[in-house]
Amino acid sequence: MALTQDAVLAGIKEIVVEVAGIDAGIIAMDKKFTDDLDVDSLSMVEVVVAAEEKFGVKIPDEEVTKMATIGDAVNFIVNNS
Amino acid sequence: MSRRRVVVTGLGATTPLGGDVPSTWAALLAGKSGVRSLTEEWASEMSVTFAARVAVEPSEVMERVEMRRLDRSEQFAMIASREAWKDAGSPEIDKTRLGVVVASGIGGVITLLDQYDVLKTKGPRSVSPHTVPMLMPNGPAANIGLELQAKAGVHTPVSACASGAEAVGYALEMIRNNRADIIVTGGVEAAIHELPMAGFASMRALSTRNDAPEKASRPYDKDRDGFVLGEGGGILVLEELEHAKARGAKIYAEVVGQGLTSDGYHIAAPDPDGAGVTRAVQFALDDSGVKLSEVVHLNAHATSTPAGDVAEANALAAALGSDISHVAVSATKSMTGHLLGGAGAIESIFCVLALHHRMAPPTINIENLDEAVTVDVVRDVPRKLPEGPIAALNDSFGFGGHNVVLVFRSYEA
Repeated sequence: MALTQDAVLAGIKEIVVEVAGIDAGIIAMDKKFTDDLDVDSLSMVEVVVAAEEKFGVKIPDEEVTKMATIGDAVNFIVNNS
Repeated sequence: MSRRRVVVTGLGATTPLGGDVPSTWAALLAGKSGVRSLTEEWASEMSVTFAARVAVEPSEVMERVEMRRLDRSEQFAMIASREAWKDAGSPEIDKTRLGVVVASGIGGVITLLDQYDVLKTKGPRSVSPHTVPMLMPNGPAANIGLELQAKAGVHTPVSACASGAEAVGYALEMIRNNRADIIVTGGVEAAIHELPMAGFASMRALSTRNDAPEKASRPYDKDRDGFVLGEGGGILVLEELEHAKARGAKIYAEVVGQGLTSDGYHIAAPDPDGAGVTRAVQFALDDSGVKLSEVVHLNAHATSTPAGDVAEANALAAALGSDISHVAVSATKSMTGHLLGGAGAIESIFCVLALHHRMAPPTINIENLDEAVTVDVVRDVPRKLPEGPIAALNDSFGFGGHNVVLVFRSYEA
């Protein structure tokens, strides 16, 4: 069953809050991991591994390097779930 | 050209006696023990079921997100360094003149072991990307350096239980050599975990007084049977004297000398004739320029092991000769337990405060003084130190045969 964009966004929000300690209210599809949310390269690995577990998808490293925004991550997971 | 002088302008700590310096010092003077039974499930399997955990858990004073990226030893380092930096007045300084020298005996051993468990149970992809920065022994120093943006150099000497004292000596030299004007220095340790405890227990190095943990650390007592593992850390802000005066800083005491030697004898046992310790004391006193008559206090390494305490006391007596008679010796591990790489740092803080308040802390749990101990031990209650220029020594030794002696002097404005 394909996941909805809303469900994935909600899940990603939970993960980013846990990893980076950011207020959930500022996390949105257009926000950039590095520039807007202060998620550095090490924390990004944590986000990816947690997302893989949560949504049962595999996110290859070459895809991670293309994920600039929350929306990039959400769309990848929706399209590959 | 006269040598650059170095003073202490800030102190910070988190110890088994308190979450900061004032609470630790108050408990120390009151003769309280920081040793307790462990409540963790694994402890019941061990031959030793107690340790000296920090009095205030890092989670009480640190944000969760910061904690999860820091090993417990790094958490102690941040807590103590923030207190010390604030105590120093958060000095404005050219960051290329600011350095950090903070030691750890073992490094992020809890992270290493926890992540190994993750690897074995959940697979390699689940291993935290923070594992390496958390387990590296220079992690505590590096994290402090990052927060303060220190650019004169960040260093981590490692010499087991002498590490914290070696760090303070290294910091002293960095300022004397004009590499920096301020160094944040000290040591931390977080190794209360079943593996290091089992390792120390296998060496028969730990006290097994499971029925009375608070009585277990008893340096110089006839019935001492090993050390008590502690955790925590201490941080000192060392500053070049003119720099401190120019900004009107509060000055606790002066750091005036260090002596370093090695035994070349055994990987873990102390050299019974203590020659390496005697030489280290002599080097430190020569380096310091203090008169022997000024030395009134010594914070001993005295870990409460049968062999170590007496070998140390004999070596001190040999180094100081008849002047040992006016030295009030305190074995504060009787209260804090043994913080390994943090020990030399918190005991340096205790020396500095002893000079500043002119009060030597007590040694607790001596019910029957070992007759082989001939030094004048401060027992049960603190002892007033004389007025006028006075000096104190702190000696620390580490597995591997490392001997470090530091000399502090009261500061007269």
